[in-house]
Amino acid sequence: MSFLEAQSLDVRYGGIRAVRGVDIRVEEGETVALIGANGAGKSSMLNAIAGVLPHTGSVYFNNVDLSYRPVFDRVKRGISMVPEGRGVFGRLTVEENLLMGAYLGNSQQEQDTDLKMMYEFFPRLKERRRQTGGTLSGGEQQMLAIGRALMARPKLLLLDEPSMGLAPIMVEKIFEVIRGVSQTGVTILLVEQNARLALESSQRAYVMESGELSITGESRELLHSPEIRRSYLGGGD
Amino acid sequence: MDIFAQQILNGLVLGSVYALVALGYTMVYGILGLINFAHGEVVMIGAMTALAVVSTLLSVFPEMHPFLTILLAGLAAILVCMSLAFFIERLAYRPLRNAPRLAPLITAIGISILLQNIAMIIWGRKYKTVPQLFPTETFELFGASITSVQIFIILISAVLMSGLLVIVHFTKLGRAMRATSESQRVAGLMGINVNKIISVTFMIGAGLAAVAGILIAGNYSVVHYSMGFMLGLKAFTAAVLGGIGNLGGAVLGGLLLGLIESIGAGYIGDLTGGFLGSHYQDVFAFVVLIVVLVFRPTGLMGERVSERA
Ligand SMILES: Nc1ncnc2c1ncn2[C@@H]1O[C@H](COP(=O)(O)OP(=O)(O)OP(=O)(O)O)[C@@H](O)[C@H]1O
Ligand SMILES: [Mg+2]
Repeated sequence: MSFLEAQSLDVRYGGIRAVRGVDIRVEEGETVALIGANGAGKSSMLNAIAGVLPHTGSVYFNNVDLSYRPVFDRVKRGISMVPEGRGVFGRLTVEENLLMGAYLGNSQQEQDTDLKMMYEFFPRLKERRRQTGGTLSGGEQQMLAIGRALMARPKLLLLDEPSMGLAPIMVEKIFEVIRGVSQTGVTILLVEQNARLALESSQRAYVMESGELSITGESRELLHSPEIRRSYLGGGD
Repeated sequence: MDIFAQQILNGLVLGSVYALVALGYTMVYGILGLINFAHGEVVMIGAMTALAVVSTLLSVFPEMHPFLTILLAGLAAILVCMSLAFFIERLAYRPLRNAPRLAPLITAIGISILLQNIAMIIWGRKYKTVPQLFPTETFELFGASITSVQIFIILISAVLMSGLLVIVHFTKLGRAMRATSESQRVAGLMGINVNKIISVTFMIGAGLAAVAGILIAGNYSVVHYSMGFMLGLKAFTAAVLGGIGNLGGAVLGGLLLGLIESIGAGYIGDLTGGFLGSHYQDVFAFVVLIVVLVFRPTGLMGERVSERA
């Protein structure tokens, strides 16, 4: 069984069926991209895996069936998510936000090391450590959200549009961090509007369309597939 | 004797108790957006439980040191109130977490009536006198007189309120409480067991309410099954005055309301040419409530934070 395995996952909002029987596998250490148009069901998919949204079908992680487990339990088992829109605590300080990420234990010493590491990744956060999260710029909030998720020392990192609303230079920076995290062995499932970037930073990819998977394959190959180029990479060159 | 100084002192004593109760309202509101109208009844249950324990101890161990008696009674009241709040949240409010906001509000009023009736069945309809455990001493302070009970009330309230502020702002539990009140969804993503934090919040509020009940009982020397109703409304007013959801606001609102009431009651006779007497004291709380709701619904310290996770 794969490290992460979602089987016939279904998410409904009242009458709307946003995810329709999707199967996804992610192997340990892999970075897998999930791309698709707006409203395709990508966030719903991630939220279901993280346990924030009720779903049917099953989610296996590290050989454990998490389907009926609450979100905090999935976090305990090593799944962390950076939600769409960042979810920074606006009234907590930057440092408190980061410490929230390490809520489930880790010794004080590990926490201090991790905090130092986050401040090295994102020196801007260090300057702003005593400011409340709500006063940060969008890009700074994104760094904070990623740093906070990493503070949990996750085994699986779910990223929902980490590049959203960021200037190109910031996007570069964020993806540099993501690749660095991947190199430390963390498994990543990445949802991203910027399909090129997503495919360039991952080994495999799933394409979602109206709640279902349409195409899957090696990211390198998908980058050159005419269909993907036409629909997701902007242009038929 | 300086009447004005006396009114201020009385106001501070009364205000400390309002503040303790207001904290319970404001914490629950902050985390659930729910006005827990049963909170006043928890205060009453605290006072009643403590009195029951004191009476029992006095008859069974008449030699017991009064400090030990009050300590045991206090612990029992806190325990009872915390359990009560735990079950109220678990059984009455949690199933309605996603219901329209009116549903838990009506439930809260229902619980409040239920608790009053249970208390009436257990402890009767009559006013009950609280035995004096300590000889009352009176001290002079800035031209006003203050009793040992009043000093005790101010001290205990100050200690508890500071303790709460320290917990909320400087501990991991407090951080989790603040995170949960900002966004339950994101708090869950941090690995926080949101339901547990909500339970703990209710229980902390109930612990403060139990102490407030004992302090009030000690100050007025009588308790009654309906005593929580007016007290609850006033503490709620205090919470709104300070800015509901804001802890510092609840403390400020409580003290201010105590002062307004006390000073108002002291001078209402003069102001109305003797037409209204000091027993119209209760009017002030509701005038304050209406004025705040009309002119500054967010209260004195309430901020409307726009960024929501
Ligand atoms: N809370 C909700 N209530 C009702 N419908 C919802 C809700 N959340 C999402 N949907 C619907 O479910 C579908 C999938 O939404 P989802 O957010 O998963 O898409 P997405 O692929 O993440 O889109 P985007 O790229 O725009 O973020 C959409 O049609 C959306 O309108
Ligand atoms: Mg999305």
